[in-house]
Amino acid sequence: MTSPLEQADDGGGLTISSMVKEFQGLKDKFKREDADSPSPFSDLEKATVLQECRVFSDSKVVTESPRKCSQLITKLLHIVTQGDAMSSSEVTEVFFGVTKLFQSSDASLRRMIYFFIKEVAETCNPDDIIIVTSSLTKDMNSKEDLFRANSIRVLAKMIDATMLGAIERYIKQAIVDRNAMVSSSALVAGTHLIRGSPDVVRRWVNEVQEALHSSSDMVQFHALSLLYEIKQHDRLAISKLVTKLTRGTISSPLATCLLIRYITTIVRDSGGNALASATGRAAYQFLELSLRHRSEAVIYEAAKALCNLPGIEERDLGPAVAVLQLFLSSPKSTLRLAAMRALSSVAIAKPSAVIKCNDDMESLIADNNRSIATFAITTLLKTGSESSVDRLMKQISSFMNEIADEFKIVVVTAIRELCLKYPLKHRVLVGFLANFLREEGGFEFKKAIVDAIIALMCVISETKESSLFHLCEFIEDCEFTALSTQILHLVGIVGPTTVAPARYIRFVYNRVILENAAVRAAAITTLAKFAARLPALQASVSVLLRRSLRDEDDEVRDRATVALRLLGENITKDAPGDGEAEGSQRPFRQDALAADSTRDLPLQPEIHLLLEPLPMSFAQLSAALKEFEVAGSREDDALALSLTTLPVVDYTRPSSQSAVPASASLSSSNDSAELYKIPELATLGRVHSSTSPIQLTESETEYVVSCIKHIMSEHVVLEFAITNTISDQLLVDACIVIEQAPDSPQHYDHVASVHAPILRCGATERAWLILRGSPGSTFGAPAHFLAELKFRVVEIDPATGEFEGDEEGFPEDYPLEDIEISTADFVAKADISNFRQAWDSLEKDKEVLQKYSLQFKDMEVAIDAVISCLGMQPEDGTNEIDKSRIGMPHTLHLSGCFAGNLDILARAQLQVEAKLGCILKIAVRSPQLEVSELISDCIN
Amino acid sequence: MAALPGMESLVPNVQAILLLDGDGRRIVAKYYRGARQWDSAAFEAKLFKKTKNAAVARGESDVILIDKSVAVFRCGPDARAYVVGSSDENELILNMVLDGLVDALTALLGGTFDARTCFENLETAMLCVDEVVDGGAILETDANAVANRVQMRGVEGGQPITDMTASQAISTITDQIFKTMNT
Repeated sequence: MTSPLEQADDGGGLTISSMVKEFQGLKDKFKREDADSPSPFSDLEKATVLQECRVFSDSKVVTESPRKCSQLITKLLHIVTQGDAMSSSEVTEVFFGVTKLFQSSDASLRRMIYFFIKEVAETCNPDDIIIVTSSLTKDMNSKEDLFRANSIRVLAKMIDATMLGAIERYIKQAIVDRNAMVSSSALVAGTHLIRGSPDVVRRWVNEVQEALHSSSDMVQFHALSLLYEIKQHDRLAISKLVTKLTRGTISSPLATCLLIRYITTIVRDSGGNALASATGRAAYQFLELSLRHRSEAVIYEAAKALCNLPGIEERDLGPAVAVLQLFLSSPKSTLRLAAMRALSSVAIAKPSAVIKCNDDMESLIADNNRSIATFAITTLLKTGSESSVDRLMKQISSFMNEIADEFKIVVVTAIRELCLKYPLKHRVLVGFLANFLREEGGFEFKKAIVDAIIALMCVISETKESSLFHLCEFIEDCEFTALSTQILHLVGIVGPTTVAPARYIRFVYNRVILENAAVRAAAITTLAKFAARLPALQASVSVLLRRSLRDEDDEVRDRATVALRLLGENITKDAPGDGEAEGSQRPFRQDALAADSTRDLPLQPEIHLLLEPLPMSFAQLSAALKEFEVAGSREDDALALSLTTLPVVDYTRPSSQSAVPASASLSSSNDSAELYKIPELATLGRVHSSTSPIQLTESETEYVVSCIKHIMSEHVVLEFAITNTISDQLLVDACIVIEQAPDSPQHYDHVASVHAPILRCGATERAWLILRGSPGSTFGAPAHFLAELKFRVVEIDPATGEFEGDEEGFPEDYPLEDIEISTADFVAKADISNFRQAWDSLEKDKEVLQKYSLQFKDMEVAIDAVISCLGMQPEDGTNEIDKSRIGMPHTLHLSGCFAGNLDILARAQLQVEAKLGCILKIAVRSPQLEVSELISDCIN
Repeated sequence: MAALPGMESLVPNVQAILLLDGDGRRIVAKYYRGARQWDSAAFEAKLFKKTKNAAVARGESDVILIDKSVAVFRCGPDARAYVVGSSDENELILNMVLDGLVDALTALLGGTFDARTCFENLETAMLCVDEVVDGGAILETDANAVANRVQMRGVEGGQPITDMTASQAISTITDQIFKTMNT
């Protein structure tokens, strides 16, 4: 049986398909003819065209066939457009030719010359450019408006301040020219020239002011932008200008847009509660008036400006939101996108102001333009009420399949925020995310979903189990190693705490069987964590782990070996080496035997290595190890390397705000390296912490001295870097002498000092002072010293370096700034992983609780001040203010390490009240009550 | 516009104007100095890929956010014109520039805006772009004005004096007199 259609086909003659074929053939034919017919600009060779350009020197060609010349220029520019740039020498060659074309009076050719000069002006040697200025200056005085206008535009691209002086008067004339184009060209030239020659252009202010009253829209616009640039450093003048114009005569839409931007800048710069002031109110009125302008561009500009006004109230946003809402149903996609962008930015801060647009936005979800649709969705996710979540999700799910990954990521982020807002809806929202985990998508998209799900797990505990299950299902078929390992790690931490941990074992073990080495290794660690946490599963997991002892990848084997060892399994018989030799013949029996015989062995004490993260970050560990090496080489009885003997290195995680802490830590370890080189100091032991250098003199003085305080376990070492800047002096035997300040109690005794033997000009040498805690006072108490630099001066001839006069020199002393030792110097920042656990591990009876009233008005400032005052490390991100809890007390967790390797922890509660200032309650715990007291006294 | 530092960025600014043919090849491409550093070929390829399937009616324009920029574009049968601005720019102003450019070009090309005609009249296309934007600053958005300037209409005698109204004629004459006096 054949279908009717096919029968017709078989019948030959005119069928649909044959006709289509025929047409296709015709079309192809035409296409070929198209391609064959020579376009003047296809397959151009640069060299050939450059060759052809030589005709420019032939005055006959130039005057008789201007069309040909202008074609040649076009060809050259086309070659450049297509990406084949001309070299400087090529440009110069053509450029000379082009200057000859000024002989022709053909207007179109002249237009092309102007264009060409502008295009190559930047690549050309400026000296060559000069030769056309005379021709251009002539055109600037031409009676033809278009010649005048164009020549000014060209000149603006190439002249400098000195040349500008020569033609300045013509430009000033042109600014007030009757012809709008001449005037505009001169004004635009002014906006380009003001960057290089501001002083010249500022002299044109009267002409520009006159042009502002032109009847031409474009001239008004150009005059306004130049006038603003001329006056921009004079805030009062700007303010006057803008105020005058808001009442006045500006009719041009572009100029009005510009005026709106200037006004909002003024309001924003005046800061504070700007809208309450008279200017603020006037600005608001002008913006509101502009919402009724005839031009859509102005309406939008005004609406956008209103939405972004600082401190605007929600009710004042009404008119702006209303016009934007009208735009949403416009047939023009540009208008819809513009309105959507403005509304979505409003929705971030004031979602309720946008709620009335929800219906319009919902219809935009189906918009052909995906940018608009995405903005509509993300905005709806912010403004939607809890009850509309389900409906919204249904609408989005059909939409998600059609859009690109980058838009999907935006939607995922919005859903994550929505879920935080309406935690009760977690089932729908997390389910939605999990659905898309199973769909097609690139790494970035999948990572966004996984991150979102994990973030929600942390905040909304109800989602923990179901989310974990979703993620486990995802890794069953996940092509991204990074995501698989991330999820496996998470399963290792969260899995054992769930109701039925055993069910996750299957997912994890599947990874061991099916995946690449990196994932297998991660899976082994996860399995080990289950076994370590859950004794009930230990035996069966051990059997699984045992199978990886002969994995082809060494990392996997190693991890399995370590895990089994820590779990107390006896694996010697099964070690990889043995396995190859004899075990390969009967591996299964041996496995079973080994498992049987070792079942009852207890967990090893080191099992915590599996369960807890590293006590310090890798960067910290590496810095500490380096310092240990330096210190160790100096000491006679080298300490065994272990976590407790490692020096504590100040290391704050390189945060997004600055990379300074990392470099500071580097320099601090370098500084203590200097210390280990001094034999007298080596016996004092390791450096616990070092401060950053403190200047004891101005940096411009004869002798420049800075001080670093090194805290050792029982001593304080002061390192002084002294620089001699006087060329005819040699400083001999320089040292620093300190004396207890009269008002300060004696906490430290001076033990010894190391002098700097000789200081030549320009050299920096070090002198040292060693202090020890006085008997009866606590090591770490604050102290205050007066300091002086003592030395002998030997005069020398700066040229030859020979002594002049007495070789012994004469004694001299030089006063320095006071030196303060604060308790914070004794504290090294220490990162701990679990603040609460650490807090509970310190005894409560060594806690000191204090209450202070501080003079801070701002919470952020107060937090920073407390942190820097104590020198401790903020934990759990408590140095960031939770924006949603403004006005509530803020809790700050701090950790540190006191000299002598004593852990100190502090919990502080801050509250800022308008009348009382800042109330600080602080509790400090440490292994010694005295230390806790010292720390809490720091605040004084 | 919200968080722009510095004063000069307040003036509406065009980062680039592109005319591409039906396969995304350049007809005219003009990037303005200081707008930003970018890999122009990669940007064009991405822009073209993301917009080639947009169904835009004749005379209508569409808009896309791309690489921290906003681009408005209009399509001919097999040619596209793009005006690109910073992502904070008022897209309606960019649209005014685009309309000025495309309408002027269409009029000059005899009512059509397609790649082949553009290539055949390449200098017209180049000059249209040059008349609309000068170094990133918007110079003119009125299509008639742009078209006239590209053609250098009015040069060489300009409008015959007989076609002028009396006041135009007088102002032309006074212009001439002042000019001679000034020089």
